[in-house]
Amino acid sequence: MTPPQNHAPKAHRAEPRIGFYVCHCGSNIADTVDCAEIARYAASLPGVILARDYKYMCSDPGQELIQQDIREYQLDRIVVASCSPLLHEHTFRAALARAGLNPFYLQMVNIREHVSWVHKNREAATAKARDLARAAIQRVRHHQALQPIRVPIRAEALVLGGGIAGIHAALLLAEAGKRVILVERQPSIGGHMAQLDKTFPTLDCAACILTPKMSAVRAHPNITLWTYSEVIKVEGYVGNFTVTVRRKPRYINEALCVGCKQCVDACVFKDGKFPDEFNAGLSHRKPIYLPFPQATPQVVVIDPDRCLNLKTGKCKKTCVEACDRNAIVFDQQPEVHEVKVGTIIVATGYDLFDPTRLPQYGYGRYPNVFTTLEAERLVNSSGPTAGKVRLRDGRVPRSVGIILCVGSRDHRTHPWCSRTCCMHSMKLALLIREHAGAEVTIFHMDIRSAGKGYEEFYDRCLREGIQFIRGRVAEVTDWAMTAKEEGHLVVRVEDTLAGFVRRIPLDMIVLAVGMEPQRDARELRRILNISCSNEGWFLERHPKLGPVITFTDGIFLAGCCQGPKDIPDTVAQAGAAAAEALALMDRGYIEQEPNTAYIDPDHCCGCKSCLPLCPYSAIQLDETQGRAFINEALCKGCGACVAACPSGSIQQHLFEDEQVFAEIDGVLSYA
Amino acid sequence: MPDAVWEPRIVAFFCNWCTYTAADLAGVSRLQYAPNVRVIRLMCSGRVDPQFILEALAKGADGVLIGGCHFGDCHYVEGNYKTFRRMRMLNRLLLALGIEPERVRLEWIAASEGDKLRHVVNEMVDRIRALGPLNLPERFQSWNRELSHQTPPCEGVLG
Repeated sequence: MTPPQNHAPKAHRAEPRIGFYVCHCGSNIADTVDCAEIARYAASLPGVILARDYKYMCSDPGQELIQQDIREYQLDRIVVASCSPLLHEHTFRAALARAGLNPFYLQMVNIREHVSWVHKNREAATAKARDLARAAIQRVRHHQALQPIRVPIRAEALVLGGGIAGIHAALLLAEAGKRVILVERQPSIGGHMAQLDKTFPTLDCAACILTPKMSAVRAHPNITLWTYSEVIKVEGYVGNFTVTVRRKPRYINEALCVGCKQCVDACVFKDGKFPDEFNAGLSHRKPIYLPFPQATPQVVVIDPDRCLNLKTGKCKKTCVEACDRNAIVFDQQPEVHEVKVGTIIVATGYDLFDPTRLPQYGYGRYPNVFTTLEAERLVNSSGPTAGKVRLRDGRVPRSVGIILCVGSRDHRTHPWCSRTCCMHSMKLALLIREHAGAEVTIFHMDIRSAGKGYEEFYDRCLREGIQFIRGRVAEVTDWAMTAKEEGHLVVRVEDTLAGFVRRIPLDMIVLAVGMEPQRDARELRRILNISCSNEGWFLERHPKLGPVITFTDGIFLAGCCQGPKDIPDTVAQAGAAAAEALALMDRGYIEQEPNTAYIDPDHCCGCKSCLPLCPYSAIQLDETQGRAFINEALCKGCGACVAACPSGSIQQHLFEDEQVFAEIDGVLSYA
Repeated sequence: MPDAVWEPRIVAFFCNWCTYTAADLAGVSRLQYAPNVRVIRLMCSGRVDPQFILEALAKGADGVLIGGCHFGDCHYVEGNYKTFRRMRMLNRLLLALGIEPERVRLEWIAASEGDKLRHVVNEMVDRIRALGPLNLPERFQSWNRELSHQTPPCEGVLG
């Protein structure tokens, strides 16, 4: 923490020497705003020594121009009218600093996002730009020299979600020597990828590439793995988050269990009775179970809603007898842990679209309509049928149809493309044919196979005789119109290439269900204080230049919680998130905007109005002097206390009353 | 110089994290809206001192728009609640001053709601257009004139 050096008494103000720059941004601004006119107008305002317009202010020559002018004309205030300050404020501040001027003598005018891109009328847009420029010029004369605040960063990270994104990010951070806490709400890490059989386009086995990474997480000395746990509260800020994690009881002592599964065999339920989540409900498990063979950690879990002893207290507890390590603890309670971390990576993944929302496809009504995840478990050799593709009555399907875009690219459900279903379905088509010898038809609107080796995979499917019919399927029905259709499911579809409506009888239908945000994404977003898009995907700071950064410093995004993506993209993004977190943690400190509030002790009357307003408890009362003071290290710079102080003795750096009043006056002074 | 054709002049105070970002998003998405609003960026809607609003109106704004994060979304935990409370109080003050409270509007616009921003700005401009100019600076001047021409109060009133 640096000493509060921003409290220096205000220097006597000489008449400022303002430099004004207006950017054309190529044609982005210049097409709608008369930049030369803005520069001419600015030059006429008091205090403005020079005003220029230039094609690209953010370019090296543009920045160099500012630096030269500062030196040559002894400018001490700079106004740049260009894009949003959220985009380039730091660029121009750095230019000021290079020229030896305090960077906080800069004010930006947003005439791109707020003017040229949202208005077409050149005259009105130019008038608006002129008003905003005048406001900035009036404001900048009140600017003060400030020092950024340095805050130390803890070198520990929290990774939320143990799918492939979370696993990859956690491993990278751990390899770099950072302590990582990986929190996963399921009993095992692995996520959706663990449920997949093979991965496109190379058809290498998902488990074979994922399992070693899962074991590495378990074994890594720098990773603390908390499965069956959820984050319930996050407090603090970048570098210093306090995270509260609730560990649900699994009724097993994790340190003692070795995953031998003797308790599972001994359970009073002789056979599995309850739908197995890992196999998408296609098989059954007992109340005590290991989620799947490669589950990490290799620790069984007891389902409290199913276990006789936990539900009724009346059970022979054969599992306890069977466990020679006494690992079963029926009175285990939820534990709440508080951990302190410097950065957080959010990798909470996605949910699959529920196809019962589209009743025309018959899911849940016709037994032989499956989802892609169910089909995935059917072709998996460790799945419920040991890799044999079977209908629900045990028959081998002779013909299979895969319907694409179920819950994607559909304005009745989700407008977005889920990106993976085309490739996923083509992969399933090849696997189903290999495992069942069935004829496979894919119903699509278009095949989206953008990715390395993806188009080649599509070619391979075409070559190897997978049928493709272009058209959105109208319905799946069991109502036969001809003898040939009897006993089959019939897909009714307009074949848009042939130009007529077809009825195609098939044995088995697979619905390629799209991705949607986790159902509780909005609750998590509140806990983390990050933003969501309207659809519920977590919002990145910039779609191109900040794809893994959030608006909350120190929190990063990886994988499908940000939007649908396939495994290679997820891993790449997880790596990027880990790198961003590392860059922060390795530097050891961050420089924060010095927009903190401060109290003029000569005017504060100690009324304590401000004290309850501060959510960070940064304001304290000095009882002896009867004055309040603000701890700069705790202040986050919202300004709520400034607006409320009855005596006007609280001010906020960068947003001083006189600066805002100057801006108000500036936008309203008629030209 | 009063405009030949009157156009509503609206000053907006947007919080840095939600509404200002939503306005940036509207720009990036090239959504078109009325050019009558002049945006002043603050870190939080909680920084909006009621004096800012009164000052804007006094300096010639016909309306003031305040934009913050939705409840529960505030970057500073609860700044928007404080704004909300202040605006209710300000409303009563505006009524007492004879200013239509509809000239001051508080809206919660999230960073992802560029379209809501466009909608709110357009609606606000329509509303102010319907209300007509506020003209406080001119009204102040005429009041000042009235005061300076007023004869001193009659001495015998109380008696």
